[in-house]
Amino acid sequence: MMNAIRERKQLQIFGLMLPGAFWLIVFFALPLLVIFVISFMARDDLGSPIPPYSLDNYQQALDGLYLNLFVFSLWISLLTTIITLLLSFPVALYISRSPKRWRNTLIFMVMIPFWTNFLVRTYALEFMVRANGPINVVLLSLGLIKEPLSMLSTPAAVLVGLVYGELPFMILPLYASLEKFDWAMFEAAQDLGANMWRAFLRVMLPMTMPGVLAGSILVFVPSVGSYITVELMGGGKINMIGRVIASQFGVASNWPFGSAISLLLMIVVTIAALIYFRVGRGERMAL
Amino acid sequence: MANDFAVELRDVVKLYGEVAAVDHVTMSIRQNEFFSLLGPSGCGKTTSLRMIAGFERPTSGIVAIDNKIMGATPPFRRDVNTVFQSYALFPHLTVEQNVAFGLQMKGVSKTEIKRRTQEALELVRLPQLAARYPKQMSGGQQQRVALARALVNRPRVLLLDEPLGALDLKLRKEMQIELKTLQSQVGITFIYVTHDQEEALTMSDRIAVMSHGKALQVGTPLEIYERPNCRFVADFIGETNFLDGTVTEVRGDFAYLTLPSGEVFSGRASEGVRAGTQATLSVRPEKMQLLENASTATANTYQVHVFSIAYVGSDTRVIINLGSQRIDVWEQNSSSTLNPDDYFFKSGESAWLTFKPENALVLAS
Repeated sequence: MMNAIRERKQLQIFGLMLPGAFWLIVFFALPLLVIFVISFMARDDLGSPIPPYSLDNYQQALDGLYLNLFVFSLWISLLTTIITLLLSFPVALYISRSPKRWRNTLIFMVMIPFWTNFLVRTYALEFMVRANGPINVVLLSLGLIKEPLSMLSTPAAVLVGLVYGELPFMILPLYASLEKFDWAMFEAAQDLGANMWRAFLRVMLPMTMPGVLAGSILVFVPSVGSYITVELMGGGKINMIGRVIASQFGVASNWPFGSAISLLLMIVVTIAALIYFRVGRGERMAL
Repeated sequence: MANDFAVELRDVVKLYGEVAAVDHVTMSIRQNEFFSLLGPSGCGKTTSLRMIAGFERPTSGIVAIDNKIMGATPPFRRDVNTVFQSYALFPHLTVEQNVAFGLQMKGVSKTEIKRRTQEALELVRLPQLAARYPKQMSGGQQQRVALARALVNRPRVLLLDEPLGALDLKLRKEMQIELKTLQSQVGITFIYVTHDQEEALTMSDRIAVMSHGKALQVGTPLEIYERPNCRFVADFIGETNFLDGTVTEVRGDFAYLTLPSGEVFSGRASEGVRAGTQATLSVRPEKMQLLENASTATANTYQVHVFSIAYVGSDTRVIINLGSQRIDVWEQNSSSTLNPDDYFFKSGESAWLTFKPENALVLAS
């Protein structure tokens, strides 16, 4: 009897999982497998993947030029994550400390940018920092600068674009953590002799670490492979690994090489995320 | 301010918008005293405690700790520690790390932290749980850790905000005695917030009874119970009967009160009781006797109607009617008899009520 019920339960769970599992297999696992196979192939003159199978693509991907691009991409993403975190924490803190009736409105405002197409928003941002864009025009007319600043096509411009795009993905998980934070803990820390800063570092930050970790992963992972932002804000002069992949599947028409780089990117990001969680785990253990 | 007070509040007011959470409170708490702030929720006791801790700043008035006026001194620079109602133990730290936190903030050396943390955990009898996390412990254990975490810093004053509120009754009673013992052991001033009058009476050297932001009476448990200075205190602490009437005469320490139905009662006159004014006689149920026969010549003696009786073990609780007035009388069951007739009052019959004037209080309305 009990077994029959248990089996039925398992069947139900299996049934509930089926649509999602189907989706993941057809649109994620299978394409990934295809990419995996292609990454070991060569290309014919028209760009189609053909045998023989070899490790040539991986060898090429790990040579100096592309390795540097990997490092540069990780570096920019790390900076993006840190800047986003520093900007988001006060915002999330402010929202979580606001009166209850205001919080939803404020969170809503954080999400409003999602209503506009990301490409359009990035174009708008690009327009802002252009040589003849509003920022330069205002600064010139105020006499603060003699000639237009060349802000576009710099790593800084890419960074600004990435931070802008990723901000909500950091604010939301941070807010979720901070909203649950018990302020009696902060008072207890102060009561025991910690000033505001130490109470923050020793009690509040560790207790909101799940939000910090989640937000950081949500920001870091897409940043490493980002394409549109790099393309527009970098003005074609800043190269990151996402652009390389796009060009291999596009103009260069070299799917095998593009596949190899894609898989390497996945591996690198996974390793980075694992290290990050390992570092953060100590703090989260008791929560 | 040359005196020996651990904490002083002088004319302290705390406004939230228009509402006065604390309304011109003045009190002085002596060194090494177990001092309770007692009152119903919303009476301003927790706000008072938070102003001493430094979490709130008075709208006006002075808070002084150890003769030093606190003003804007932040919590981390005050030589007081708090045991929070929710305990507020840090969930990401072990018991040992929780207890060590305050010492680390003070920059005490590692070996000394180790030693004092161990001592503090032994004081609350939990050394074996040092490596646990708070959520792996029972409420009572968490409560002890919160105590150890505060006491390890050897503060001048320990502030306790309803620390036993979350515990079940049995554990509560145990902890009351334990806390009291602990306090005399460590020799630290305790300021204890509670809404439980029995708890306050059991543990305190002195009690401040608060209501609507005001400190109505400050005194020893004996003073508070035997000589309440107003109707609220008499009502809030223990059980009592109130008889409303007009003061017809004040003679020496005693006042004579005439009820609307004509009976005259006398009791100790408290402040502000004058002939011709409205007043209330307060007399506790255990301070009256019921007799089969009595002389009407004796003071405060009237024939009454027994309405109901309830045997509750230690005493028999009798409700009597004097005219339309309901009065509770508790007769102590000093003999051990099984014969119900020995408890000679039966509902529906009459009896004589009597009490000595010195056992009743006439309170100004």
